[in-house]
Amino acid sequence: MTSDQILTDLTDLLRDVLDIPDLVLSRDTTAADVKGWDSVNHINIVVGAEMRFGVKFRTAELDEIHNVGELVELIARKLNK
Amino acid sequence: MTKTALYWLPVAQDWAGVLKDLSQEQDPAALWKKLVQAARLRLDFVQTRQLDRILAAHFGAAPPPALATKPVRLAVIASSTADYLLPSLRVAALRRGVWLQTYTNTYGLYLQELHDPESGLNRFAPSSVLVALDARHVLGHPASSLDRSPAAVLAEDALRRLEDLWGLIRQRFDVPITQQTVLPVFPTLLGGNEHRAGSAAAVLGLVNSGLRARADAAQVDLLAIDVKAAEHGLDAWCDPGLWHRAKQEIHPTAAPLYGELHGRLEAARQGLSSKALVLDLDNTLWGGVIGDDGLDGIVLGQGSAMGEAFLDVQHYALAQAKRGVILAVCSKNDESTARAPFSEHPEMVLKPSHIGAFVANWQDKASNLRDIAARLNIGVDALAFVDDNPFERNIVRRELPEVWVPELPEDPTLYARCLADAGLFEAVRLTDEDFERSRQYQSNQKREALRADTTDLAGYLKSLSMELRWKRFDPLGLARIVQLINKTNQFNLTTRRYTEAEVIQVMNDPRCLGLQFRLLDQFDDNGIIAIVIAVPGEDDAIRLDTWLMSCRVLGRQVEEATLNVVVQEAKRLGARGLIGAYRPSGRNQMVERHYPKLGFHPLAEHEAERTWRLDLDAYAPIETFILTTEADS
Repeated sequence: MTSDQILTDLTDLLRDVLDIPDLVLSRDTTAADVKGWDSVNHINIVVGAEMRFGVKFRTAELDEIHNVGELVELIARKLNK
Repeated sequence: MTKTALYWLPVAQDWAGVLKDLSQEQDPAALWKKLVQAARLRLDFVQTRQLDRILAAHFGAAPPPALATKPVRLAVIASSTADYLLPSLRVAALRRGVWLQTYTNTYGLYLQELHDPESGLNRFAPSSVLVALDARHVLGHPASSLDRSPAAVLAEDALRRLEDLWGLIRQRFDVPITQQTVLPVFPTLLGGNEHRAGSAAAVLGLVNSGLRARADAAQVDLLAIDVKAAEHGLDAWCDPGLWHRAKQEIHPTAAPLYGELHGRLEAARQGLSSKALVLDLDNTLWGGVIGDDGLDGIVLGQGSAMGEAFLDVQHYALAQAKRGVILAVCSKNDESTARAPFSEHPEMVLKPSHIGAFVANWQDKASNLRDIAARLNIGVDALAFVDDNPFERNIVRRELPEVWVPELPEDPTLYARCLADAGLFEAVRLTDEDFERSRQYQSNQKREALRADTTDLAGYLKSLSMELRWKRFDPLGLARIVQLINKTNQFNLTTRRYTEAEVIQVMNDPRCLGLQFRLLDQFDDNGIIAIVIAVPGEDDAIRLDTWLMSCRVLGRQVEEATLNVVVQEAKRLGARGLIGAYRPSGRNQMVERHYPKLGFHPLAEHEAERTWRLDLDAYAPIETFILTTEADS
């Protein structure tokens, strides 16, 4: 799966979780940029991503994620391992 | 698919389309129906939250008008994060057509909220309470602080704390309590013989086993997630990372199943669990096609893995029948061909006598299911239909969306487990009558056969040699009385539900009549089949607050014989009139004309209630073929 595909799927997930049908994400997007992306929904996004991509994040990996691009790259690394 | 997926529900093929359709529906009643259907799809936790948002937008504050089920106000008493479980609890209730509103305490403050009369919890005034305590909280100490006290002593402390909590909840709210069992989150210290360690893992193991008896004694129902964690593996239920990050002990992906398990308990309390298991035959009860393969060609019985798998299905169905689930057959076959294995195949576990309604023909299965429901005198929504054929399943779901039709795994060795996992027959209490029921339905079949033989109805009724044995409410009959009051939907004039405490009040009040009726006939003892509760009314009249009857005894003059007893007892209390009321519930239309049929005169007519009166001075007992006797108490 290319990182562009991952970004597309991740955008779908965030639209569903945050109930923003026209949400657009770029690699630079951070939680602070998106309405509703609070600590509660952050868990939903992380768990939702684990479910949709069939991966499991380590606690330390999650602490190092600061924007959408880093999450996409983390998923890509796990999928292509 | 995660292990906690609701895999017996059909996959949401076009979820975006479903959401769009919901967003465009304007009519509240139609929207509610569509929401219920959407909730009956295999939703993950993200989809569950999406559906819950639509539910909240339209029915967040109030249920749809004229809802046939009883709304539930559920308080979740939690020791850690619980908000993320609420959408799943609401959607699982929706799956059963139940409107459920939720409240959960401020993080960590459930005791304060219970004690403070002004708290959000007390203002919410729940009609049902779910106690959802995390394992660390139940243990009550840091795991490392446990000394060498035997695990049993520490477990006893924890159980007493739970009992105290139930007592406190009961002081505040006289409502059903559900206790979540404890997830086994603690790592073992010794291993296989952990019970020798007095460790946290050992203590929680004992708490979970002790909870069963304690909850029964306190009339608390269990939400047994420990059993599910054992089935699915702890990983499916609990991620330590999420506990540390968000104090979420139950994994969010397991939330839909958590809600579902709770929804089943609420459904069981309202009498909404399935009452009959309707079985297809070919490739469901045996391997192969009886019409093509013949008696010696179908696969059933010891000697092959597949043959044994179908035995398992039959054993499971029979075990359910023995505790009160009615079995029926719905098959596309010639009737004589379909019946042959039941009477002639040596390996068949299910015999003709186990089947309450047997329908084999070439009509569509939806029509046949309607026919089966009518023959069994239960609602179509009380049927669960099991068929290996996806085509038949889909047609039945489309034609009769109220019938539960579980998706089956392709491998028949998994059928029985799937039926269990689908939780269609959830029950919270069992009575002797439940165990007797399957036998009674077989006797019903014999009665039907007798009726066919007897040309006139009077002759038939007379030949039954019926006896209606009545007595006032007594402690011995209490469990069955409460069960009947809370699960009878069709022959129920007012659908008023009573808690056990309220029934006891009636029992102890000399101004009230609480009467239970048992019907015996030449075939069997039908058990307690009717309940009447009357309370003082205006002036010289007594008011029939509840009149309900089991549909099994319809058409046998039990109503008339019951009225004779009620009149006699009302007169004994000095009453000169009986006031009867009919309150439409959406499911009790069959008794709309109950009182006029019995000779009552109309009093008042409102949308929610119609009332009639019977003058007792002029009343002459109605002649029936039933011998009426007062039972010794």
